[in-house]
This record gives sequence, C-alpha cells and structure tokens, in this order.
Amino acid sequence: MTLPMERHVLVVFPHPDDEAFGVSGTIATYIKQGVPVTYACLTLGEMGRNLGNPPFATRETLPHVRKEELLASVKAMGVTDLRMMGLRDKTIEFEDDEKMIEMMENLIKDTNPSLIITFYPNYAVHPDHDATARAVIRAVRRMSVENRPTIYALAFANNSIEFLGEPDVVHNIEGSKEEKMGSLRAHISQTSWMLEEMEKRLADGEPEDENWLHFERFYTYDFNKDFE
Amino acid sequence: MELVNVEQLQKHLNEFANEDIYIHLETTNGSYASHFDEKVFNAGAFIRNVMLRYELGKVAGEAPHRIGLKLPHGWVYAQGITHFELDEHGRLIMAGHDYSGKLAVALQISKTPFTY
Repeated sequence: MTLPMERHVLVVFPHPDDEAFGVSGTIATYIKQGVPVTYACLTLGEMGRNLGNPPFATRETLPHVRKEELLASVKAMGVTDLRMMGLRDKTIEFEDDEKMIEMMENLIKDTNPSLIITFYPNYAVHPDHDATARAVIRAVRRMSVENRPTIYALAFANNSIEFLGEPDVVHNIEGSKEEKMGSLRAHISQTSWMLEEMEKRLADGEPEDENWLHFERFYTYDFNKDFE
Repeated sequence: MELVNVEQLQKHLNEFANEDIYIHLETTNGSYASHFDEKVFNAGAFIRNVMLRYELGKVAGEAPHRIGLKLPHGWVYAQGITHFELDEHGRLIMAGHDYSGKLAVALQISKTPFTY
C-alpha cells in the first residue's frame, strides 16, 4: 500500500518498543516512500519488568540494553533521525505539564511535521502513553488551525472501540512486514514472549491471525471532540 | 545476578551499615496489570536516591528472602528477593524476579547516587 505523501512525519512515544507493535510498518513504509521520519522516544524504558529469570539485566543495566535495542529497531525501520529525550520511565505524568508541552513544541518547530503519530489520550493504558499524548495534543492545539499537522492517534484500551468507534485510518503494511518483524526482534528483551507465542501459533497451523503484521490502525485526532 | 547466597548477601549488607547510602526501592505489578485482568488492583511504590543510614541490615527467611534495614528512627524492608549482585560500581543490587522472569521487587544500596 502506498501511503499519502507527507512533508515530514514526527513520531512521539515514551518507551523504546512502543513504535514496534503499532507503527513500525507505517514508519518503514513512509521511509521507503522518501518521507522523512523523526522518532522522539521520551525514555529508555528504565522501569521495564522483563528482566528474565535467570536475569539478563538489572534495574541499572536495563536502560543500556534497551538503548541498544532502540538503535537496532530504528535501523530496521530505516529511521535516521532518532531523538532520545532523556526522561525517566513511569514519571512523565508527574513532570511539569508546561515543560512537556514545550518539549513537544520544540520538536514540532524543529521538524515542521505534516503528520504526528502518538497515542490517544485516555485510551492508551499506560500512564506514560496518556501523558505523552496529552502533551502532544496540547502543543498542537496551541497552533493556529491552518498550521496544525494531522495527528494519528493510537488507542488500545479495552473500551477504545466502544467510545471512539473503529479507527478511521487503516494502513495495509504487508509490504513492510519484514521491517516490522525487524523492529519487533530488535526489542527482544521486551518481545521474546510474544514472538515465541506467535511462532508457536503459526507452527500449529493456525491461520495468519497476526492482524497487526498486516494492518496498523489509527484515529485521526479531531479537535472538535477534544479530550479536555 | 545470582540466586541469593544468604551468607554472602549478609556480608554485603553488613558492609553498608552505618554509612550514608542511597536507596532504590520499588515494587510493582506492572502498568498493564489491570488492562490484562480487570480484577487486578494495580499498585506499586518507588523511591530512588533517598539517602539514609541503617544500623542493622538482615536477610531473613527461605528463598524468596526478606531484607530488612533498621534505621535509627524507622525501617526499610523488601519481600520476595531472589537475586543479588555487587555490581561493577560497588552497588548492592537485590531483586525479586517472578516465575515468568518479571521484576516484582527491587532493593538497591549505593554509596553514590544512582543515575537519574
């Protein structure tokens, strides 16, 4: 699938691996179409709980592991502009709200995106996801209407479809399946259990229900139905 | 990280006693706990780089172990500690890893502040 061309795509997520599940196929597709993509990753997932048993990392070494994984994921997708924003996992909602908005404003000023991809506030489960999305939406809301980039928002809370309806943007990313698998494999400390399960299901002859390897779904953020 | 060796860990705890030390203590059932199972009550606590001094540190119980630090005016304890190491920076890292390899509790002691 060819995606509509964009001037620049800015992807904003709090954790290394947030991009892998829901967006890496879209990112890779844009890159192949020659659209510049910037990925701003707010933390290094310092508080990840998958440390193994026997352990492969400690609370103190995990950020180093995950930084390497993030670099490998970015390489797999073809992204050359990665910004690591230096915040700490699980603390974003406690940062000063204005400081967070400024961070997003600076990213927007710097990259002049026609499209921003982030989470959907209040429908993204993890407090860091919601806090990141709030900051992005607030920063864009302050722009004049004609200058606002489009926002594609990811929602995966259990009540998303009940309250938001079906996502209006569906990307068939089959053509970037390899890149997506590459991104998922890069984050192996976080995804190994999931990849194992998937391979087992496929080996058991189950049909390819790995929907998310074929489709990525987003809500176009609508300021007429603003979250606040 | 190695499985807790009570004698060795006790020795390390003794070495940090009566010194100004930085503490990292966390316990969590994960940010996704009630997303995957609505019956789970999601709770956790986290402190990092709080400086304190303990007069007595003790490893108690069979594995998974309990670690208690007695302070002049209070206590710190962690339950469910399975692994430990004295890392390359001389920090005492203790953690409880559950059966699926997820961190459930961590207690860390250092003479210098942990990174951010």
